[in-house]
Amino acid sequence: MSQETMRVQKISAHAGTVPGEGTQREYTVSKLIDTTTCIGCKACEVACMEWNDLPFGETFFDNTYQTMPETRWNYWNLILFNEHEKEDGSLMWLMRKNQCMHCADPGCLAACPSDGAIIQYTNGIVDFQQEKCIGCGYCITGCPFNIPKFNPETKRVYKCTLCADRVGEGLEPACIKACPTGCLHFGSKEDMKELAEKRTTQLREHYNFPNAGVYDPAGVGGTGVMYILHDATQPELYGGLPKDPHIPLAVRLWKGPIKWLGNLAMVGGIIGLFIHYLRFGPKDKEDEQIREEIAAAQEKEVKAREENRAAVRAEVNQEGGEPSKGGHPR
Amino acid sequence: MTNGWVDIKNTDMMLIMGGNPAENHPCGFKWAIEAKRNRNATIISVDPRFTRTSAVADQFCQIRAGTDIAFLGGVIKYAIENNRIAHEYLVNFTNAAFVVKGDFQLPGDMDGVFSGFNAEKHSYDRATWNYSGTGGKSLPNPTGMSTGQNQGSSPPLPPLPENVDYDLTLQNPSCVFQLLKKHYSRYTPELIERITGIPKEKFLKAADTFTSVRKDGDMKKVATIIYAVGWTHHSFGTQIIRTAAMLQLLLGNVGRAGGGVNALRGHSNIQGATDMAGLYDTLPGYLKVPTPADANFDAWMTRVTPTSSKPQPWQSFNYYSNTSKFVVSFMKALYGDAATKQNGWAFDYLPKVDRDYSWTHLWDDMYHGNVKGMLSFGMNGVAIGPDSNKNIDALKKAEWLVVGEIYPDETSEFWKSPKVIADGDMKQIQTTVYRLPCAGFAEKDGSFTNSARWLLWKNAAVPLAGDARLDQGIVAQIFLKVRELYQKEGGKFPDPILNLTWNYSDKMNPPLLEVLKEMNGKALGDLEDPTTKQQIKAGQQLPGFAWLKDDGTTSCGIWIYSGAFTEAGNQTARRDPSDPSNMGVHPNWGWSWPANRRVLYNRASCDVNGKPWDASRRQVWWNEDTKKWVGNDVPDFKPDSAPKDHMGPFIMNPEGVGRIFGPLAAFADGPFPEFYEPIESPIDNLLHPAVSKNPVVTKFKDADDKFGTPQEGFTVVCTTFRLTEHYHYWTKNNPMNVQLVPEPFIEMAAEMADEMGIRGGEHVKITSARGNYIAKAMVTKRIKSMLIDGKKTYQIGIPFHWGYRGISEDEGRTSLKLVNQLTHTATDPNAHTPEFKGFLVKVEKV
Repeated sequence: MSQETMRVQKISAHAGTVPGEGTQREYTVSKLIDTTTCIGCKACEVACMEWNDLPFGETFFDNTYQTMPETRWNYWNLILFNEHEKEDGSLMWLMRKNQCMHCADPGCLAACPSDGAIIQYTNGIVDFQQEKCIGCGYCITGCPFNIPKFNPETKRVYKCTLCADRVGEGLEPACIKACPTGCLHFGSKEDMKELAEKRTTQLREHYNFPNAGVYDPAGVGGTGVMYILHDATQPELYGGLPKDPHIPLAVRLWKGPIKWLGNLAMVGGIIGLFIHYLRFGPKDKEDEQIREEIAAAQEKEVKAREENRAAVRAEVNQEGGEPSKGGHPR
Repeated sequence: MTNGWVDIKNTDMMLIMGGNPAENHPCGFKWAIEAKRNRNATIISVDPRFTRTSAVADQFCQIRAGTDIAFLGGVIKYAIENNRIAHEYLVNFTNAAFVVKGDFQLPGDMDGVFSGFNAEKHSYDRATWNYSGTGGKSLPNPTGMSTGQNQGSSPPLPPLPENVDYDLTLQNPSCVFQLLKKHYSRYTPELIERITGIPKEKFLKAADTFTSVRKDGDMKKVATIIYAVGWTHHSFGTQIIRTAAMLQLLLGNVGRAGGGVNALRGHSNIQGATDMAGLYDTLPGYLKVPTPADANFDAWMTRVTPTSSKPQPWQSFNYYSNTSKFVVSFMKALYGDAATKQNGWAFDYLPKVDRDYSWTHLWDDMYHGNVKGMLSFGMNGVAIGPDSNKNIDALKKAEWLVVGEIYPDETSEFWKSPKVIADGDMKQIQTTVYRLPCAGFAEKDGSFTNSARWLLWKNAAVPLAGDARLDQGIVAQIFLKVRELYQKEGGKFPDPILNLTWNYSDKMNPPLLEVLKEMNGKALGDLEDPTTKQQIKAGQQLPGFAWLKDDGTTSCGIWIYSGAFTEAGNQTARRDPSDPSNMGVHPNWGWSWPANRRVLYNRASCDVNGKPWDASRRQVWWNEDTKKWVGNDVPDFKPDSAPKDHMGPFIMNPEGVGRIFGPLAAFADGPFPEFYEPIESPIDNLLHPAVSKNPVVTKFKDADDKFGTPQEGFTVVCTTFRLTEHYHYWTKNNPMNVQLVPEPFIEMAAEMADEMGIRGGEHVKITSARGNYIAKAMVTKRIKSMLIDGKKTYQIGIPFHWGYRGISEDEGRTSLKLVNQLTHTATDPNAHTPEFKGFLVKVEKV
């Protein structure tokens, strides 16, 4: 995805110089997502699929309008729907477009052991270079937002590119282009901050949202995707947006004070194990169990559906296109 | 829409009710968001469910489906009692000051009906629904064709008086304002709570917020009302919209930027379809059809051409006095040289509409074997109509069915319905079905008319796929074949077929640009404007409908579209985005009917002296120097009528003013809207239990036309709705949409689900008196239980996008049922729209 029109300022696991490092950047680009004017129409989801030519996947009814539980390797842009009952009994239906946050200090890039698999351009876009990805999944551990997703077939990890290919040509990302209400904005980080400030002031002064504010967490050096929230003191309400995200300590240690260890090939394996533990060890047991249950149930459903499809096909072939009488289970 | 999509950005206040624009009109909804962002505007969302519109609203009221008139009537009462009314506007621009005949009586004094009710016939003698006054043209038996009355059975109506009695102090107890006040004084917040389920405090807060734009009568601010089929889909749908219009007149919000009563149309071109005579009782441009009572052309014109009716010192433009010009030009467009003054402009060629031929009647006629065949284009009749079972049963009896579609659909494969298969009568069905591959929207050019009345030309984006044909090509070839048969074989009355004009460069496939030119109209002889001396030569396109003549020298396919394709070219293809006034007028972007006017009745945006109510939102105004109405929009008024002449701004009404009271034949069910319960409702009408439902609604009595009651266990209120992610019954064939929402579901309150032991994702069965529907439960906090007259009542909602043909259907992820197998065939007596919203069901865990 690298663009000649954009210079690189950070490269994962790179020992040498970085061409754009320390250079005067023109500006950092940023998305501003105003959750207070999002209507959950999913135009951004469709635009993302279409621009990036992402293949369709199966989805399941899950008692929500949300397309799927979380982003997938082939679904980078997902609106999270959350019903929240306020203390006064009134309801809020919160919609947050979830995608890569393009952190200024990206945990994925810090965790990545493959030279050049993750890069950051001088405009702030964090981009995965799949041809250099070794499929270790460490970036998944390094991300405090649960964004990068592993494709078991290609053994590579994928995520939103902030439409680097469009931005490099002076266009806005596809999701921004598609948004019908203008709740998605795109521009320089400075401009977006100013716009966000204006809007949050309006929300506080005219719309009875005293805690309206901007989400641009310092723990990851600020993000290339900012949110305007009705209540910035409770980002967790918006589908578990972390209040104070930061790069996991182990990743920091590895890439910081003990980075020299990484140069020793002999301990590479140990590091790998360590990271693997970090990734899978500390997970909430119950959480994992639920995930496994969901995965098993979905696998079962997919299988049943495939069988059903085969049955319908067989019947149609048999009857020469006549309608199936018993092909449908219900 | 009286206004338009872009104009919503000018508003201060939005009441969004009977519509869910964030979900169903997301692109247009940007303007509501603009108003919030740039004007600190407020949104009040009133809906049976907390929707994605409610999610961005400032207030939400959960209302029981079908009780909108109670709510709106209560807001009218609140506005009157709290001096939140536009006094000057009310007195001068509405019929508030008109005095009504002394023998007119309100339902509050008549146990639930207006004066003149005939219980046997379920209809009204509307003679008392009239103004007091003198003079007026007596009409020959003005049958209420557009008001659902049986032809010939209603007695002749008296005329509207030429000189209406009036009282500008609004104190006369028989004046419209006092009657209005009296009528809605019964709609107390306590009663509204018992009927609608909206707690009194919530209702009062909403009423206070909405009417706050007219605090102490100050005219600066503007409020809009936005609705869609959540209002039309009722057995009193027209009257809900009436109530909204009356409220807007009372508040002086009609004609103003950011105001109005705004219907959001469901398809990109449903407005165009309606304009082109989508209903059986109109001709293109909303001209009234002839009936058997019209002996000849002149009798027809006399009946349908109104004469002005107003206070003597005022003026009324009465624009429909030009009706004959529109009609003769239409007849010339249809029949060319065969329409002459001598033969009454081919009056005999037109069918005379003798009864109700609306949707449910057509299917009922087929059900009874009277309609033998059907041409079905651009719709999925079995799925979209009410009571799909009846429609399927009707199609079984048809001899033939032609469906033009891009996908196999439920109508063209009605014989694959599980109902048919279950009944085992597939082998008995003799209907011959032809499915023709039609072009998709991106494969054809033509114009869309949007909700804002804007005509926008579009080009074909991709070539026709496979063997697909353009719709007009199919229709043209059928017509030419029929004409050939008439030419060869003669027939009883071949003239209307043989003489139909068909002057297209490609007769087998008429280019739509040429059709648009024909709609716009042209001069058939040389014309000259007597005042300006402007000339138009024979054969030239007309600049607008002001040039239409009733002497046969002009032709025009639809008068309101005149101006769309002039000598300057195709105006609908214009794409200049500039907006000099910054008011969202965009005068050179596409073209809107009538006369490229963006806001209707815009004379009312000024006070009686012709000065804008709000100097920061100037639309039109009186220029004393030039003695003309000028402005940023095209004035909707007689351009040289000075304010001192007191001509009314509502030039399409014979009164010249807005109708708070709808006199005589205007409505079938009352000059003021009264709250009636839906045909199936959980309680009797609390205002008058003896007359619970709309008394003029009649029901079919066939085996398939069943109605349920709470006593039979149908206690849950059900409403149907649409999702952003799907479009009608089409997108279930598109993997992208299927990925976004893969399966049908039923929205129900968490509290209800808990009581029934239902978890989200489990199957529930919904049963009405007509049929049943099975889908997974979506258990949500967005629907709550309601206290209806003190009794806990539940409401459920079902999105209607699935059936028995489509991706999820083929994968076995649906119950292969149509939601409309649940709905019934009772319709609104004015617009004939079925009551898809607010019927009764049982809910069971499967």
